[in-house]
Formats: sequence, C-alpha cells, structure tokens
Amino acid sequence: MTEVLKVKNLSKSFGGIHAVVNLSFSVAEGELLALIGPNGAGKTTCFNMLMGQLKPTSGNVFLHDENLSGLPPRKIWRKGVGRTFQITATYQSMTVVENVQMALISHHRRCFSILPFAHQLYRDEAMELLQLVGMEAQSERACAILAYGDLKRLELAIALCHEPTLLLMDEPTAGMAPRERIELMQLTSDIVRDRRISVLFTEHDMDVVFAHSHRIMVLNRGELIANGSVESIRNDAKVQEVYLGGGTLFKNDEEQTYA
Amino acid sequence: MRQKEKASFLTGILAASIVIGAFSGVEAADTIKIGEINHHKRMAAFTIPYKNGVELALAQINGAGGVLGKPLEFIFRDDQGKPGEAIKIAEELMTRDNAVMLTGTIFSNVGLAISSYAGEKKHLYLAGEPLADSLVWAKGNKYTFRLRCSTYMQAAMLAEQAAKSPAVKYATIAPNYAYGKDAVAAFKKALTALRPDVEFVTEQWPALFKIDAGAEVQAIERAKPDAIYNVTFGGDLAKFVREGTTRGLFEGRTVYGLLTGEPEYIDPLKDEAPVGWIVTGYPWYGFKDGANKEFVDAYMAKYKSHPGMGSLVGYMVTQSIAAGITAAGSTDTEALVAAFEGLKVSSPVGEITYRKLDHQSTMGAFIGKVALKDGAGVMVDWEYKNGADYLPSDAEVKKMRPASK
Amino acid sequence: MGFIVAQLLTGLANAAALFLVASGLSLIFGVTRIVNFAHGSFYMLGAFVGYSLMQVLPGFIGFWASVVLSGVIVGVIGVIVEICVLRPIYKAPELFQLVATFGVILVIQDLALMTWGPVDVLGPRAPGLKGIVRILGEPVPQYDLALIAITPFVLFGLWFLLTKTRVGILVRAATQDREMVSALGVNQAWLFTGVFFLGSALAGVGGAIQLPKGGADLLMDFNILTTIFVVVVIGGMGSLPGAYIAAVLISVLNVFGVSYLPQSTLVLMFVVMAVVLMVKPYGLLGREEVAGEHGQVGEPERPIKPAGYRGRIFVGIVIALLAAVPFLGSFATVLTTDIIIFCLFAASLQFILGLGGLNSFGHAAYFGGGAYVAALLVRSAGTPMELAFILAPLGACMAAVIIGWFCIRLTGIYFAMLTMAFAQLLWSLIYQWDKFTGGDDGLVDIWPAAWLSGTTAYFYLTLVVGVGGIVFLRHVAHSPFGYALRAARDSSRQAEATGINTKRVQWAAFAFAGALAGLAGGLFVFSKGSIFPTELEIAKSFDAIIVIFLGGVKTLSGAVVGGATLEVARDFLTRFEYWRLILGLMIIAVVILSPDGIVGSLRKYAERIGLLREMVDGEQ
Repeated sequence: MTEVLKVKNLSKSFGGIHAVVNLSFSVAEGELLALIGPNGAGKTTCFNMLMGQLKPTSGNVFLHDENLSGLPPRKIWRKGVGRTFQITATYQSMTVVENVQMALISHHRRCFSILPFAHQLYRDEAMELLQLVGMEAQSERACAILAYGDLKRLELAIALCHEPTLLLMDEPTAGMAPRERIELMQLTSDIVRDRRISVLFTEHDMDVVFAHSHRIMVLNRGELIANGSVESIRNDAKVQEVYLGGGTLFKNDEEQTYA
Repeated sequence: MRQKEKASFLTGILAASIVIGAFSGVEAADTIKIGEINHHKRMAAFTIPYKNGVELALAQINGAGGVLGKPLEFIFRDDQGKPGEAIKIAEELMTRDNAVMLTGTIFSNVGLAISSYAGEKKHLYLAGEPLADSLVWAKGNKYTFRLRCSTYMQAAMLAEQAAKSPAVKYATIAPNYAYGKDAVAAFKKALTALRPDVEFVTEQWPALFKIDAGAEVQAIERAKPDAIYNVTFGGDLAKFVREGTTRGLFEGRTVYGLLTGEPEYIDPLKDEAPVGWIVTGYPWYGFKDGANKEFVDAYMAKYKSHPGMGSLVGYMVTQSIAAGITAAGSTDTEALVAAFEGLKVSSPVGEITYRKLDHQSTMGAFIGKVALKDGAGVMVDWEYKNGADYLPSDAEVKKMRPASK
Repeated sequence: MGFIVAQLLTGLANAAALFLVASGLSLIFGVTRIVNFAHGSFYMLGAFVGYSLMQVLPGFIGFWASVVLSGVIVGVIGVIVEICVLRPIYKAPELFQLVATFGVILVIQDLALMTWGPVDVLGPRAPGLKGIVRILGEPVPQYDLALIAITPFVLFGLWFLLTKTRVGILVRAATQDREMVSALGVNQAWLFTGVFFLGSALAGVGGAIQLPKGGADLLMDFNILTTIFVVVVIGGMGSLPGAYIAAVLISVLNVFGVSYLPQSTLVLMFVVMAVVLMVKPYGLLGREEVAGEHGQVGEPERPIKPAGYRGRIFVGIVIALLAAVPFLGSFATVLTTDIIIFCLFAASLQFILGLGGLNSFGHAAYFGGGAYVAALLVRSAGTPMELAFILAPLGACMAAVIIGWFCIRLTGIYFAMLTMAFAQLLWSLIYQWDKFTGGDDGLVDIWPAAWLSGTTAYFYLTLVVGVGGIVFLRHVAHSPFGYALRAARDSSRQAEATGINTKRVQWAAFAFAGALAGLAGGLFVFSKGSIFPTELEIAKSFDAIIVIFLGGVKTLSGAVVGGATLEVARDFLTRFEYWRLILGLMIIAVVILSPDGIVGSLRKYAERIGLLREMVDGEQ
C-alpha cells in the first residue's frame, strides 16, 4: 500500500519538557488512523507539528515523499492536507455556503481578486460539498447561529474543498452528543472511503475510535507505546495500564477538553 | 439587510440636504456684513480681547451712522484652528451669508490658507493678526492685505536695539515652526547687516507648546552667549522664563523678546516677568494722552478690563474696514481692493497706510524694557516705532512678491 | 561632565509628571482594557484644580496638600466619568469606550474654559524649594531634586499597593483574567471604578505637581496625550515599572535631543517608539496579548450581500440628488464636497477597521500623505494638476505599504499604537522639515486645473471620484479580497489552514485603504487650494474612527452615514459658543444609547417593527 504520510523521528521539547519524543509512523492511502492517549500525551503537539503551527525540534514529516518540515500551515494545506479543529474555527460573519466558497476561492488562488462578487464564485461546488455533509438546507444561514454539531460538519466540508489526500482531524467529535458523534464519524468514514482520502485523527471517545478506525496509535508522555489494529490495541497490556493508571478509563473526558 | 443600510445611508444624505436647505434661506437684512474667521476656542485668551476690540469699534462706527448709510456687522465663526475648516467657512461666509469681505485669524497658516483662497476666488481678505512675512511677500496676492507689523518688521526693530549693545555672541530660542524660523532668520539678517561682527553661538528650537525648559536653559547656558533672542510665547515663554530665572541664565545678559511685552503674554507671568528684557509689546498703561489713551479709556469703560494687543488689532481692523468701504463707496470687491491700496486710516497709534506696493500697513510696534510694577510686568522707556521705517527696500519687496499677482 | 549630569537630572525631573500621568493610564488600561483618551484632560484638570487650591492654601504644607487634594478631586471626577459614561458600555466593543472618552475630552475642554477662563496661568513656585543647588558647578533647581526623589516613592507605593494588599492582588488578578475575578465573587464594577479613581488621581497629581515648572492652559490635554501614549506603549501597556523606565528614557532622550538635535525634538520620540516596537512589539515590559482577548465583542457581524435591485435604484436616486446640490448654491456645494471627501476617507478606514479588524489609529497619515504628495508635486516639480491628482493615491499607497510592513505583525492595541506612532512620525517630519514641506505654514496655492476650477466643476469631480471610490470600496468588500480580509479577521486559524496568507491579505488591505485615503486627500488638497500638517494630526485620525462608530462599525455604510452626520452636525454646531460641549455630549449619548451606531440601530429598529424582514422577502 502507498504511504501518504511518513513521520520520521519527530521530536518537540518546550524548554526541558519533552512533549513528543522520537515519533515515527506512517499513514497509508485510504486509511483511518486514530491517535489516542491520555491528556498531555502529546497528541495536539504532534498535530500542530504536522500542520505547521509548531516547528519540530527535530525530525521530518513527508507527504508523498515531499518534506513538509518548516512549511507554514497554508503551504502544507496547498500540498493537499486538510484539517478540522478541536474547537471549531469558522468565519462567523459569513453564511454557511460562503464559508465553503472562501476555501474554494483560496484553493483557486483568487484571494486577491477584487472584481467578481465572492458569493457568486464556486457556488455550485460549495453546494455540492454541503450536500455531501448534509448541510445544504442550512446553506444561507449565518454561521454565527449554527449548532455545534453543524459547525463540525461545516468544517468537514471546508476541509474537503481542495480534494485533500490527507485529512487531519483534531478531536472531530469533541463537544457533541453521542448520537451526533456516530453520525459524523460514519459520514467521515463514508467520504474518505469514496474519495480515497487518508485520515489521521485524535479522539477521546473510545467508542468512536474502536468503531471507525482502521488502526490505532497510542501516545503516552510523548512516546508511541502501541501501534496496531483495533483488536490488538484493545488487548494491549501497556495501553491498559496507561489508561487505567492515568485514571481515565476508556471513557470520554470531553468536558475537560472542550472547556 | 443591505436594503436597510441603503435606506439609512439615504437618510443621512437627506438629513444633510435638509440642513443645507434650511441654511440656504438667506434673509435680506440691511447691513454690511464682514466675515470674521478665527480660532475663537483654541486661542480664547487672544480672541476674546480681540473680539472686544472689534465690537468696541463697531459700536462707535455704527453709533456714528455706520458706513455707506448702513450698519456694519461682523459674523464671527470658529475654524477650530484648522486651515481646511477656515476655507470652508470662508466660502460659506462669502456665498451664503453675503459677507462683502473676509478678515480674521491669528495663526499664520490659517491666514495663508484664507489668503490663497481669497486670491483664487477673488474675495478681499484683510489679515489682522497673522505675522508671517510671506503673507504679503513671497505668497502675497492682489486680494490680501495685512494690518499688523510683521515678523520681519518687529525682528528688525529688536535687531536695531541689539546692535547698540556691545554683545557679540548671541543665542536664539524659537518655537520650531514657520513663525519661529522666520523670526530668527529676520533677526539674524537685520542684526548682521548692522553689526557684521556678531556671531550666533547656539540656536534652540523647542517644539511649539512642548518646551523642555530646563534642558533648553542648560543648552543655552552651555554656549555662554552675551545676549539671547527669544521668540517663544505663551506657556513656552512662562516655562522658559521660570527655568531661566531659577538657573540664573539671564544674569548679566540682555534678552530680546519678540512679542514678549504683549499683555496676552506678559500678564500670566505676574511678578515673575523677566525684568530687563527688551521686548515688543503693547504698553496700554503708559499712555498719557492722545488717540492711544482715548482707545484704552473707551475700552476699559466698556469692558472693565484692560485691552490686550489683540484688542488694538481688532479695533484697527474694524476701523480699516470701515475706512476702506467708505473710500470705495461700494462693497464691490474690485472697488474695495482699489480703495485699500494706499488707504490711509487714522487709528489709536496714529495714521497708518496700506502700501500699494505690497498691501502691508505701516502700523508699527511698541518697543521697551520690562520692569515690575505692582507685581506685574510692564514695559518702561517704551517707544512707538513706525512700521514704515522697518521694511525692506521697494526693490527687494518687488522681487519677493510674485509677479503675476 | 557637570553638564551631562545636570542634563540627566533635568531629564529625571521631567520624567516625574510624565510617569505619574502615564502610570495612571497604564493602570486603567491594564485592568479595564479601556484606552482612556480623556487621560490628558484629567492631567489638565489636575493642573487647574491644583492652581486654584494653591491660591487659597498657603505655605509649604498648603502646596503639598494642594497637590494631594487635586489628585483626590480629579480622581472623583474620573469616577464620575467612569460611572456615567463608561459603565453603561463595558459590554460594547472596546473601541467604543475609546470614542466615548473622546467625547469626554470635548466636554472637559469647554467646562474647563467656563470654569477657569481662557487665560493661561503660571503655576506658583513650590514654597521652600525655590532656589538652586550647585552640582558639579551646574545649577539644579531644588524642586527638580524633589521631583526626582518623589517619583521612586510613588512607584514603590504603587508597587506595594498592587502586590502586597488584598485590593492590589485583586486588581492584578483582574489584569490577568477578568472573568476569573468576577467568578471569585468580586464586584468587578467597583473594582473598575476604584482603578479609575486611582488612575485619574495619578493624572491629577501629575498635573498639579508640574505647576512649579510650568502652569495650566487649555491645550495641555492634547499636548501631553501623545507623549503619555508613547510612554505607556514603550513601557508595555499595563506595566508600571515599564511606564517608569519609558518615562525616564523619553525624558532623558528629549533633554539630550535638545542639546544635540535641537531641530528634530518631535521626531525623536516617535522614532524611539517605532524602534522599540519593532524590536519588542509589546513594549519593554509588556506581555503578549492573548489572541482573541481583544477581538470584537458583542454580537457577531451579520453576513453581507451586495445591494439588490432596489438598493441600486436607491443609490442611483441618492447620487441623482447629490448631483442636484449645486442648484442649492455655492456653499451647499462646498459643504457637500467636504462631506463626500470626508466620507471617502472614513470609508477607507472602515474597510480595514470594520472588515479587517485592523484598528488603525493613524489613518490620517495616508489622507494627509496623499494630499502632500499632490501638493509637493505641484509646488516643487510643477506637475500638472491632473497627474498630481492621480499620483496622490499612489504616494499614499506607498506610505501604507511601508508602514504596513512594520505594523501588520502586531495586533490589537499594539497595532493601533504603532500605526499612530508612524502617523505622528510622518506628521512631525512634515511639521519640522519646513524647507521642503512648508512646515506649519503648509503649502498654498494648489488650485485645480482651469477646467475644474469652479466650485461646481470641482464638485462634480468629487462626486464622480468620491462616490465612485466609496462604491468601489463597497464592491471590494464583496469581492474575494474583501471576503479573505473578513476571513482573516473572523478566524485567522481557519484562514491560514485553508491557504490564505492572512498577513499578506491584511497588508494589501492596509495599502488599499491607504490608497483610497490618499485619493480623498488628493480631492481635499485641490478643493481647498492648500494643505497643512493639521490634516495628518491625531485628531484627524480620530475623527474618522469616531464617525465609523457613530455610523456603526459592524455595518458597511456606517462610515458614510456617520461621516455625513458628523460633518453636518459640526458645521451646524460650530456656530454656537460652547459647541465642543454639545458635540462631546452628543458623541457620548450616541455611544451609550445606540452602541450599534446609527445604521446598526436603525437596522435593529426596522427589524423590530418588521420592516426589514419585509424588505428581505421582497428581495427574494
């Protein structure tokens, strides 16, 4: 299988604290890979390095054998990496469809164009994407008044704008009701399957993780302690210990992360 | 939503048009109106005595039957000290209020703006207070006249006094803007012409109204001058005098102060007035008889306070305008311009002439020495110097004035 | 050596009053996040109150009692302002409070004029400290030494108050996290009021304590305002030790500037500020602003749509009405010309301030800059008017590109302050470089070409270019570029993560807004025939900010409506004796009563009575 993303010896320290230590893994084409671990394990740091928000202390990130290290987020996006945020980030003053159109405008490199009306550009494509995530009925609503679950769907639509080969999702279901979680993850897995997109996501809800991922990686104190199929992780003694020892049994602790 | 914004946009514009409309109804009162533009608020300490002077003259003129059989009326407007605003008001005064001519302003920059406007739109402008030399010379035009003794003339008067002293090393201190620079350049030019041996050992340029007096005094002291030429005024002057006196800067040195003797500037100093400075100003307390005394008495009778320099200027501006209109026999601008050229006006300081050559009046200035009397600074041993004697030669003036105007 | 020591002492003495005033400002900002523009007015009040008290309280004790009492009195005035003006609007966007404090400045100016009259007063000398001390042979006034001695005690006192007392700890906690403090059950409103009292009192003491070195006059408020902002920004907003270091730095630099660079005293201060902010963007001891902390609060902005069919007809009618203005007479034409020019200027600022969230406090630099470019081309190079007019926006754009490069890296209040510093730098250059720019005397006789020289002809040029510019700005707001700018404001995280180079978009918008401000400046200079440094003053920049808030910052037409309203109101009000009082009260009233601005409030009102829904339906 082709490897979409390859991470080699990635490390990050803040002062004396080693947030991520010598992390290496890869994501295969079409794969849904979950990155889990207790709070403070280094998941977000790892994500931020992959997306270019943080500069690694050492190590490299390759996308289709192209080194992404040191690139800013927008350039990584241009290489075909999409992302969604743990705490949703959308354009509050725009309508739902305009949020998607904005990303399409950026994808077509027309951010500096001043002649056309923005709301007329790529409207059909945007509507298609909204349809894909089930948001077409709300396309003209102001983004500021959307329910949280709908914002997450909208983010997904935005992330799909430039037909990414890799999607990074940071806590995609944080802050959602259990039913919504399952729906959103089902939607996500359908989309990535149809479009042959690889997904790397972090998640606290173990039901979601076990139900939807193809493979799971467990991070603890910045180090990768397990990497394997859903079954093998479920029965991994080390993982059990980390979670039991850390006092956060396989259950969600989203209240904490969402705050 | 957009519609509503449009609607309110329109409301704004409509409101504007309604106000404009409401203001464009001009009632036809039978007075001769003069448009007066000034920084009434920003420079209130100067405009209030000035306005009093104008009103005193108006009362006298209208009491005697007005001009051309009609009462003379001033419309006072505030420009906030902004030249752009002044021009807008000038337009309004001339076109909507039917003023026949413009006058006013203290700041030279506003005066220059109105002068340029007057030249372009062919309205008459009589500048009362602005001192900038360029108003009648480098930037002079056909439609602008100036009453007051200019920076150059007053500096030349002080230079004449300075030339008599044995001092050779001079320090200057002046606010760092056009007026200050003109004043220093004029003094240097006039003094070196009379005394080629003098040298200027330091020039200090505090920012206007932001003087760092202690530092300025130290810097001047360091240069060890024999004499000092001061152009600072207002709050800057007060701070400079206090620091200079405290630190002994003025001991054994003569200081020549431009405008320092004007009541507006010297009164706030009270008993700290810098004794011994040679200054130009206005010794309203010193007149024994004659037209000067009559003016002061009339002013004090009306306002129960003493006149300032501005009062005299306001009074003479009004007298000049009345004389000009009477001489022209009409309020037509071209007739007025013709009448003002060479116009002779009798005033508290004697007869003055608006020179045909450069539209500068020959009003002079009082020059004297500062002394303390009853806890206040006054000018003693003062003399009135006729402005006509302190102007450059006609040929020089002609060279400075733009040919086309 | 003696000279240098004496200069140093002078600088330290000058720093005293500056520190007192600046520390008050810094304290108020640190806790309440209010940029109190009326702080200079409190300083002026302190000087006048102190002067009045010193007339009745004699002797050494009387003098110092007056200083302290002035602080208390001004503190109480500050509390009144806080309770009446600011408390009702703490929930409004933060710049709103700034506009309100600007209204307070106007009110205090007229009230001070009514109370103390127009004449400058010279402060009394401090009893017992009238003489000099010779240090290394140089005379140093005793009062200077007293000031030098007092300041560290004040600094120490404040430090003690803030770090060792319960109230102080709460105040400091409030500077870190307002919500946390109110969650702890502390009455935040009274904490703010208390801080306002202390801050205003410090300004009052600063005003009174400088009396022996100067006096009191009605221009003091604006004269100190820029300097204390420079001090607070260099020191770091909210940092008291920073304010002290910066006050000393600026004062000492000024003193040496007087000796070694006497011609450029004004420029020096702003150069120092610009350099400090380039190296340390949050000031010497300031802490980095937490992202989002100062974002636009209040309800989010509504989505925008280009004008529909009816809207366009509406605009058409407005333009037709405007085109008929010359029939109302020459003055109406001139006034409308002024209004259009001002509206274009304000609209260009709203483009970056509203759509971009870039709170530029120095927008007048581009208006005046454009005007000066045109004027200098005409005066110095004999350029024909038409060409100079076209080059005005280009020149302003260049200036905005350069200044923007430095400023865009900062956000929030630091961005605002750096833009202001650069505008002041440009202003002081034009003001003091008089050989080239004419300095304060300005550049005159810059009249339009013959075919445009009539009032009416020029009005139509203004109508076409000015209204065209405003319409173009609106169009760009609806273009991908305008959307990208809003995207960068709404969520720079998402924007960056979807390929938008937010800083570059903002930089381009800054330059674009600068160019249109320059266009307004070009229109201005030829309509007036002259240009003066006053057009680049801080007050001019504030004018534009004020009208945007009056009109409604979260609307597209706010600047235009607000601009037209303010210009008309001002033209009307300046006929009255105490017009500043009326205008100030008017601004405060609008801010308190309709924090959405004129357009925002009308929109809400229309929604309530159902008019708006109807119109939206009608459009579809």
